[in-house]
Amino acid sequence: MTTIESSASGAQPGLRARLDLPRRITLAAALVVIAVVVLLLGFIAWRGVQLFIGAGVPITQIFTTAWQPDPLSAGTNYGLLPFIGGTLAVMAVAALIATPLSVGLALFLAEVAPAWARRIVQPAMEVFVGIPSVVYGWLGLVVLVPFLRTQFGWLGFTTGFSWFAGSLVLSLMVLPTITSISYDAFVVVPADMRSASFALGTTRWQAIRHVVLPAAATGVITAIVFGLMRAAGEALAVQMVIGNAPVMPTSLTKPVTTLTSQITLDMSDATGTWNEALWTMGLVLLLISLTFVLIVRRLGNRRAPE
Amino acid sequence: MNRALTADRIATAVLWAVALFVIVVLIAIIGYFVVQSIPTFSISFLFSDPSDTQLGGIGPVLWNSVYMLVLTMLFTIPLGILGGIYMAEYAGDGWLTNAIRFSQELISSVPSIVVGLFGFALFVAATGWGFTALGGALTLMVFNLPLLLRLSEQAIRAVPADERAASLALGATKWQTIRHAVLPVAITGIVTGIVLTSGRVFGEAAALLFTAGLSTPVHYDFSNLNLLDPRSPWSPFRNATTLSVYIWKSNSEGLGAFVTEVANMSSMVLIVMVLGFNLSSRWLGRFLQRRVSGL
Amino acid sequence: MTPTLSKPLARPSLAATPSAVSRDAAVKLHAQNVSVLYGGRVAVRDVTLDVPEHSVMAFIGPSGCGKSTVLRCFDRMNDLIPSATVTGRVELDGEDMYAQDVLPVEVRRKVGLVFQRPNPFPMSIYENVAYGPRRHGLKDKASLNDLVERSLHRAALWDEVKDDLRKKSGLALSGGQQQRLCIARTLAIDPEVILMDEPCSALDPIATLKIEELIAQLKAEFTIVIVTHNMQQAARVSDRTAFFTLGEDRAGYLVELDDTLTIFTNPANQLTEDYVSGRFG
Repeated sequence: MTTIESSASGAQPGLRARLDLPRRITLAAALVVIAVVVLLLGFIAWRGVQLFIGAGVPITQIFTTAWQPDPLSAGTNYGLLPFIGGTLAVMAVAALIATPLSVGLALFLAEVAPAWARRIVQPAMEVFVGIPSVVYGWLGLVVLVPFLRTQFGWLGFTTGFSWFAGSLVLSLMVLPTITSISYDAFVVVPADMRSASFALGTTRWQAIRHVVLPAAATGVITAIVFGLMRAAGEALAVQMVIGNAPVMPTSLTKPVTTLTSQITLDMSDATGTWNEALWTMGLVLLLISLTFVLIVRRLGNRRAPE
Repeated sequence: MNRALTADRIATAVLWAVALFVIVVLIAIIGYFVVQSIPTFSISFLFSDPSDTQLGGIGPVLWNSVYMLVLTMLFTIPLGILGGIYMAEYAGDGWLTNAIRFSQELISSVPSIVVGLFGFALFVAATGWGFTALGGALTLMVFNLPLLLRLSEQAIRAVPADERAASLALGATKWQTIRHAVLPVAITGIVTGIVLTSGRVFGEAAALLFTAGLSTPVHYDFSNLNLLDPRSPWSPFRNATTLSVYIWKSNSEGLGAFVTEVANMSSMVLIVMVLGFNLSSRWLGRFLQRRVSGL
Repeated sequence: MTPTLSKPLARPSLAATPSAVSRDAAVKLHAQNVSVLYGGRVAVRDVTLDVPEHSVMAFIGPSGCGKSTVLRCFDRMNDLIPSATVTGRVELDGEDMYAQDVLPVEVRRKVGLVFQRPNPFPMSIYENVAYGPRRHGLKDKASLNDLVERSLHRAALWDEVKDDLRKKSGLALSGGQQQRLCIARTLAIDPEVILMDEPCSALDPIATLKIEELIAQLKAEFTIVIVTHNMQQAARVSDRTAFFTLGEDRAGYLVELDDTLTIFTNPANQLTEDYVSGRFG
């Protein structure tokens, strides 16, 4: 780890060599990342468990479905299931909507599109990514929600604010992520393999279906998980259109809630135990995203041995 | 064979349809905002104050967005570049490096609202500052630093080994090599990374809700240069509601008579700014690339 | 109705001797003034040749002179390259393969191709061989099993893999075995012609020898065209040889086509003589 000192630098050779200042400084900068993670996990975990430690709420209670946080009304209950259920439900349906579109788009780009089409679609993807979450939320609020209410009221959309609206908006936001990672997975399949299939007299779709898709399967799954990860993280757009009703998600056409929405709604006003329950929700959200990180790592490791 | 051929034709048509559908949706989204904004838009919208009764402007919040961007990048850029240098030039394969990478992965997956909560706990509550631009900037740094660090690392790694070898062979130290041979070449990628990260910072809202504050600024007196005065728009120790947060607010409280128009135009401005960042990061990258590769 | 190329009514099954092919043998493949251009630049110019049925023809010549390009015209694989244009006439059993109503997919069922580098699918050995027939509609398990076994036998691979057909991945075989797997895979679709694009260049000498033996056996039922860099190989396996080279306009062209023996011992063209005697190329 000694460095060769050039006499032109003018510094004391021996001292510099031992300290290696540049290395330490840059290392310190990189360590900030670790420090931040540790602090973040620490703070959220600490505040998150206050509900149990400080206010004495039993852990099992958060797995109930009744959300009555107001200390002034009788029978307070901090059931978080509606929010956990809502978060997962909105994520799941968003993935259901986005996946076929994303994988199809990725296949289009990787296998079917002529160069001119790619030059239009790929930048379009970047535009999609660039649109901030709040803008999607706002659009959902002023366009989608009224549309669902007026045109599809007969399906059950009373106000338009609903699980479906949340998932639809979310699917738009995760579409570019799933598309780009799937595309990477398809492109990596060796050209040789497609050629081999063609040489045996198959159509292009047969080659895609029987060679490319199976070969890229792990990559596509990773793409979907990444998309879900982003979905779990996207806060505000969903909050603006789901109606924020603290009930378990039972109907696609009715308002639901998510962990994120409740936090953003109540954080400014809630005090005491109510406030601590919100922190616990933040902790749950953090744990959900950590789970996804671990899943992605597992998927990555499974691919590595090939 | 017939079935296979038909299947092929159907599949091809479906894939084209998907691509077309996505493009149409995108055009519809952008088109909606353009159409809605054009009748009411004027340049003064960007600079005038918000109003409850008339069609106000977004001057103060736009200022806040820019201010937050600069403040955030002030912290993020040096740390990001230095950290990127470490990861590209000094880091080995040991547990420390793995820990850093794992941390990067973790942070990039944490929901921004949770980052906002963390920012609140640390920079608002624990420090006693209350809602401040500084708190918001530090919170934004939490997840933008790993991003910029990774982009810088990639840019530095992309510098060919030959350049380093030549420098070292002339007797320069590692640091001199980095400073004078590697960084100038990597600067292209680093600048691209900075601009890209800026786009993300500009559009962020969730992390700022409980750190930089929610209240709508009424008017900013730019002649007040006292950095410690929370009424001065130059001070980091004040509420700093940004454009994104402002749009989010449109969904909750009544913001006055022209909420919809203002939110539509604000959205248009946001889209243009973020797209501007993304596009210019690419052009800038190409432009700098040509400059640096000796023309 | 799906347009198809008509099959000949009868297939002679006599094994041709390696030395000379009867002048009366039917012409299986015919190229007439075929040129191939990549994006406007001529890669191969004006090739005319006949490949007799049940024979092995070798294409030899220096690198880049278009041998593989010409080979690929015979199964329309050049169609897959967007910038490639093929002019002239290419016939299989007297019928134009590039006619408007002829599907490339149909051509490729009758004309198989073995690539330079073995490219088995990331599937089991069984799946690899069954791939072609399955895509062409064969579903019956018993028939598939039969077909796979027969194809592996004909490719001289059966004994080495018969015990873990369904478990072992095609990629887990040695290079030589992989190439024989690719040949088995091609045989399974029951083509009439087998094209081979430098099939042994990625293999060791022993594996190469095995494949050359295979070619000699396959000749009885198929027509084979093989591109090779290895002149000794061409001399060993082929009945007729076509020598290509690069012209001054950087386009490849056919210099001479004759019985292998003649090409290597007494060629008509000086360029051919120079090449086979090692003076260039």
